[in-house]
Amino acid sequence: MSNYVYPRFHYACSAEQRSGTTRRHPVVVIGAGPIGLTAALDLAARGQPVVVLDDNDTVSIGSRAVCYAKRPLEIWDRLGCAAAMVEKGVSWNIGKVFFRDQLSYQFDLLPEPGHRWPAMINLQQYHLEEILVDACTKSPLVDLRWKHRLVSLKQFDDHADLAVETPDGIFTMEAQWVIACDGANSDTRRMVGSEFKGQFFQDRFLIADVRMKADFPTERWFWFDPPFHPGQSVLLHRQSDNIWRIDFQLGWDADPDEEKKPERVIPRIRAMLGESTDFELEWVSIYQFACRRIDQFRRGRVLFAGDAAHQVSPFGARGANTGVQDIDNLAWKLALVLRGEAPESLVDSYHEERAYAADDNILNSTRATDFITPKTRLSRHFRDAVLDLAQHHAFARPLVNSGRLSTPTPYVASSLNTPDRTSLAGPMTPGTNAADAPVIIAGQPGWLLNCLGSGFTVLTFDSSVSADEVRVDGIAARVIVVGRDIADAKGLLAERYGASSPPTYVFRPDQYATARFPQFDETAIAESIRRACGKDGAVQQELAA
Amino acid sequence: MSLTLTPNISDPDGFYAELIGGQRDLSEEDALRMNARLVLLLANHIGDRTILSEAIRLARAPGG
Repeated sequence: MSNYVYPRFHYACSAEQRSGTTRRHPVVVIGAGPIGLTAALDLAARGQPVVVLDDNDTVSIGSRAVCYAKRPLEIWDRLGCAAAMVEKGVSWNIGKVFFRDQLSYQFDLLPEPGHRWPAMINLQQYHLEEILVDACTKSPLVDLRWKHRLVSLKQFDDHADLAVETPDGIFTMEAQWVIACDGANSDTRRMVGSEFKGQFFQDRFLIADVRMKADFPTERWFWFDPPFHPGQSVLLHRQSDNIWRIDFQLGWDADPDEEKKPERVIPRIRAMLGESTDFELEWVSIYQFACRRIDQFRRGRVLFAGDAAHQVSPFGARGANTGVQDIDNLAWKLALVLRGEAPESLVDSYHEERAYAADDNILNSTRATDFITPKTRLSRHFRDAVLDLAQHHAFARPLVNSGRLSTPTPYVASSLNTPDRTSLAGPMTPGTNAADAPVIIAGQPGWLLNCLGSGFTVLTFDSSVSADEVRVDGIAARVIVVGRDIADAKGLLAERYGASSPPTYVFRPDQYATARFPQFDETAIAESIRRACGKDGAVQQELAA
Repeated sequence: MSLTLTPNISDPDGFYAELIGGQRDLSEEDALRMNARLVLLLANHIGDRTILSEAIRLARAPGG
């Protein structure tokens, strides 16, 4: 029923399988979805060769993830992919919540101007994956292997043996590190015997991609108990190519096989859109959801990312968006460890920081789900009272929860942070991702995040600083002086970084602030970089031999 | 500040009559709806999260 033509990617028998020689690879990624492909691109951007295995040979079937938030777009921009996604996708900021036949509440995701990327874009997952596959194909460091299925995994101290099945049979590869991005039903997770615990919700949702020319504005519309679908919720999102995504809450008693049939789906959509709207059904799926996460993000040589590590309800677009941020956190750490520039223990901070973020996402997602699908008659009364009051009284609007849309979780208590020693102005505390701002570079307008690049970076507002870099343990952190290297185009840099007393910030390779100081102190900067690399103690003076 | 547990309503009999009287002609469903709205209105008026938590704890505890 789809008009979209799914690409078929070429399967090739690898040289190692053909020759029967077992090769050891630094990193093997399992799964070529949005998270696995991003992992490959991020590692390649850090000079690391990477092999990606996928058991299929095409992109996601159906629109699936749909919503991509500003932070992942910033990450994909670092990897050279965001512009194509934003161009193909649909940007939106406004969300509307309806209760029965009335508008209950409206929100704007990005009231703050001066950011390069929109708050949220909608894009079918298959389009997004095509853009990522294209970028991987162009990278000489990414070896993308279709029709390669991991069948077993055996761990050793310094690597894992992977048995991989292809159309040409089974062969063995070795990997120093494995990144499992094989989704909520991860086989890899089962192979290492990890627990995946949490809460299942007794509800079912019908999701449909519909092709139509419609007058709905480019906004997220959410209905509680609408006249066309009484007692349940409905969510409408616009995507590219005149495809619209509609999610119908069905309740626990719905029969998933029955409800998927076009003769059941079409009348539901017709009731919503009215008799006069022509539409075609592109894709239909039924899902139920859980909020759960893996016990440890690292198991020996295997690291879990995306839905393989955590699952949330879809309200809030916290699935793929969180997964991309897992990779943003992991790739630089793995690259430093593989180059011998950081101790292996740095990889353990991946669990520390991203399990914390996963718990935050699960908390937000569970709260939204409890609001959307009340568990008892009385909680439904409270929910309806909130929606009812919100129509007339501002006080109730912040209580309306149709999903709190994904924003990055700051690593406030991370062991990699250097806590503030003196009180400093501004919200950019250690553990926070760098806020973008418009800047002038060499006379041209640009953006701060593009200046930060992909290594350690020192940003100082002290114009007397003459250093170009700070070096510690073989790592060079570039120094950007505001006023010397970049100019604050609209005063937003000073505003977002609290520049009243000229501060100095140290950013990690994932563009998170790891330390900030009231003055440019090279020793303190070097110590904070060591700490962010998972090393303890002060900067060691090299001893003469 | 903590949850006020000493008499604070100037006209106790009048208030109680108004509360009950306000629900007298309602079905049980409608009364539940009204109670939910009332809780939300009063909770927002109080605002203080510590006091709200204390009230929720106290309301749950039998006999407390």
